[in-house]
Amino acid sequence: MKKKILPRLSSLMCLSSAFLLAGCDWATLDPKGTIGIQEKSLILTSTYAMLLVVVPVIVLTLLFAWQYRSSNTSAEYLPKWSHSNKIEVVIWVVPSLIILFLAVLTYQTCHSLDPYRPLDEEASAKPLHIDVVALDWKWLFIYPDEGIATVNQVAFPVNTPVEFHITSDSVMNSFFIPQLGSQIYAMAGMQTQLHLVAGTAGNYLGESANFSGRGFSDMHFRALAMSNDDYAAWIQKVKAASEQLDNTNYPKLAAPSEANPVEYFSHAEPALFDQIVAKYNNGMVMDKSTGKMLHVQSAMSDMNMKE
Amino acid sequence: MLGKLSWSDIPIDVPILVGTFAGAAIAGLAVLGLITYYGKWGYLWKEWFTSVDHKRLGVMYIVLALVALFRGFADAIMMRSQLALAYAGNPGYLPPHHYDQIFSAHGTIMIFFMAMAFMTGLMNVVVPLQIGARDVAFPFLNSLSFWMTTISFVLINISLFIGEFSQCGWLAYPPLSEQQFSPGVGVDYYIWAVQLSGVGTLLTGVNFFTTIVKMRAPGMTYMKMPVFTWTIFCTTVLIMVAFPILTVALALLGLDRYLGMHFFTNDAGGNQMLYLNVIWAWGHPEVYILVLPAFGAFSEITQTFSRKPLFGYNTMVYATCSIMVLSLVVWLHHFFTMGAGANVNAFFGIMTMIIAIPTGVKIFNWLFTMYKGRVEFHATMYWVIGFMITFTIGGMTGVMLAIPAADFVLHNSLFVIAHFHNVIIGGVYFGYVAAMNFWFPKAFGFKLNEAWGKRAFWFWFVGFYFAFMPLYVLGFEGMTRRMNHYDNPEWYPWLLVAEFGAVLIALGIVCQLTQLYVSIRDRNLAENRDLTGDPWNARTLEWSTSSPPPFYNFAVVPTVHDLDAFAHDKEAGIDTRSAGGHYQPIHMPKNTSAGFFVGLFSLILGFAAIWWIWWLAAIGLIGIIATVIARSSNNDIDYYVPVSEVARIENEHTRNLQAAQAAE
Repeated sequence: MKKKILPRLSSLMCLSSAFLLAGCDWATLDPKGTIGIQEKSLILTSTYAMLLVVVPVIVLTLLFAWQYRSSNTSAEYLPKWSHSNKIEVVIWVVPSLIILFLAVLTYQTCHSLDPYRPLDEEASAKPLHIDVVALDWKWLFIYPDEGIATVNQVAFPVNTPVEFHITSDSVMNSFFIPQLGSQIYAMAGMQTQLHLVAGTAGNYLGESANFSGRGFSDMHFRALAMSNDDYAAWIQKVKAASEQLDNTNYPKLAAPSEANPVEYFSHAEPALFDQIVAKYNNGMVMDKSTGKMLHVQSAMSDMNMKE
Repeated sequence: MLGKLSWSDIPIDVPILVGTFAGAAIAGLAVLGLITYYGKWGYLWKEWFTSVDHKRLGVMYIVLALVALFRGFADAIMMRSQLALAYAGNPGYLPPHHYDQIFSAHGTIMIFFMAMAFMTGLMNVVVPLQIGARDVAFPFLNSLSFWMTTISFVLINISLFIGEFSQCGWLAYPPLSEQQFSPGVGVDYYIWAVQLSGVGTLLTGVNFFTTIVKMRAPGMTYMKMPVFTWTIFCTTVLIMVAFPILTVALALLGLDRYLGMHFFTNDAGGNQMLYLNVIWAWGHPEVYILVLPAFGAFSEITQTFSRKPLFGYNTMVYATCSIMVLSLVVWLHHFFTMGAGANVNAFFGIMTMIIAIPTGVKIFNWLFTMYKGRVEFHATMYWVIGFMITFTIGGMTGVMLAIPAADFVLHNSLFVIAHFHNVIIGGVYFGYVAAMNFWFPKAFGFKLNEAWGKRAFWFWFVGFYFAFMPLYVLGFEGMTRRMNHYDNPEWYPWLLVAEFGAVLIALGIVCQLTQLYVSIRDRNLAENRDLTGDPWNARTLEWSTSSPPPFYNFAVVPTVHDLDAFAHDKEAGIDTRSAGGHYQPIHMPKNTSAGFFVGLFSLILGFAAIWWIWWLAAIGLIGIIATVIARSSNNDIDYYVPVSEVARIENEHTRNLQAAQAAE
């Protein structure tokens, strides 16, 4: 038994340390923005805190099982012993202290990393506002300030906070760029918010993290974090596209399609996002700043409403 | 006439399904043929299918669970193989339509028909014996529960060959599961199978709760109740609280689908977030419904094979009860990413991690049960030690997921899959297998082969680490669950390792089947027979009667003086069993086929409702009502076992006992 257990223990230790240290190349543990960086550090801090009790438990399990094996008659045997106030206090208090620490950490990070909370960077830099619509099975990005739209590709300047407003015109999806941090659900008739920022230029994987049907596996997009110049050039490239997105051709775009290629629209109806939300709410949409319900004037009756 | 059903619903164009059907048909015909050849139909019907004996029902539940394990694992290894192939442009061998059904069926079957059936089987075999009762409170309901569970499993398997199964995951989130996005019959198969089995589970909960409250042996106060019974007690409370929520959630989804209502639709005021809340208000307690009995089993096994009473019995009871209560207030941690406010997320996150405290205390209790004991490395103890190591890791990743801000990047990734297999395989499954090895001789009178039991353990244990540790890594690499194909070169090697792990687990299952075969083959060897009824020198009442126990369990209802009643009696030299040989007639329930027929008509009702064959549904419904009326108006449901019969059975056991003692 000993021969089998001890190597297992050491391999387990290697595994768990590999788990934390070698993790540096892995997307979530290789974050490229402040949100992701804080989340990585949270994951590591909580793991280390828990290892304080997890490692002793695993070691003691193997140790006790081996030390008190029935063939080891030299070990002390107390056939009646089943209670000790001292041990009880320790085994309640130690896990409680770790959980207390994690609870404080949880409360703080729930607030500091709340996806709805404007980033600290937004105090000095005006955030870029991008509307996101999950469709079957592709992502539509609307830039209301630029009046453009794209499919399956989203770009933003490095170090500029981005404020995403997210909805769905189909089933539930989850909007997720692993290397930038948090994800949040996309749901029809509702608008969720996510604030992210990229600290390093790059071409990052974006995906849906919530299963949404047949075309789910190809429902990817690329998130391009660019220098200001490159971003300006990218905007110009989109504005030079021949396609436009309006109420008449939107239903065609919204129809189910799989592995959709990247598309650019040089013009997009600025109210499109609100209209998509409103069509599931009797034409009403919530104003994000005041929380009041407003009626959206629209040509929604023309947009084939997906019942 | 046949509703939506037509020839095109038979998937003869899918080679995998045709092969599966041929295999299932051949195996099924072989089994039926053998039963007919040996003339066992009458025996099966009289002694098993119509039985209301909790021990026989328990055995049948576990047989059902093993069949479900086989089906669920076949799904699992198909998924792993798909992902080991479907890389860089290779579509693999399972198109999304088929793959999506497989992962939905895998989760549904493993939870509802493997784990739940296994757990119910164990509580059936053990609990009445452990509390010194002669049967459960409602023997007929017990039989009905079993048949409802069984026919639901049949229904889910019919979906393989007639129509399709749900493609919406094991919890069928709307709006994807609504008629608009899933117009086929798949979701209806899911709804009906889960609803019908839910009837069985809820009745089991009521039945065992009543049994434990009302039928404990004299002297067995709550704080003298064995820990396994305590965990089952908490589980039954959770079943009674949580399963009605599931029933309502699926009923509302069913109303949306069948009657065009709008509870969870995108439009007309429907709200999908409501469904997530309701389904997880059941779903999270469900996890504890499964794992608490495993904790109970670990407690019994550890104290028995450490030759020492359980460390901190009181603590264990309080920990179990606090887990029971806390499990009801943590459901939101399954969707921290739905946009709830920071305070709401923080509340549910902190409540979730608080559960780690009593759970950690339990682990320490088992540790200190081994401490200064004489630990015997019986095959069951391998599972216990494997569990303590594995479950601790799973608990740690669980607390990581409970921190909302960490969950924001881990949610719905393979990290989550790794975590819950870590606790469900490492906790629930290891526990049930250990329990099966532990109580098998009680149910059958002979022991399971240890060598094969240990081989099964090593394959499962090592296989688990190979199959699921890569999934943690893949979660960190941003791979989301339920993907059918991918083109990320970093994911590929890890998925190959996971496939290798799944193969090791397959070998573990082969070892378990071999263990059963070898044990049954060698059942009459002297070293395998259990003539005493107490093969492990254990501590609780179920070991004080013969193995297998007589159908009335105890000729004389034992009187309990202390915790671990049987250990106490052995030490004090009290022979509770014979009690001077003065027996009373024993009141017992008669067998009944009513449970079987209610189940059969429910199967007809479910199948007909799935396919909108309304005349057939009416037949099913009328059949159920008629059977219930017939059963209710039948007064000939019980009898007395005469004293002479009791004396004959008990004397035979006494002779066995004396022979065994003489041989020692």
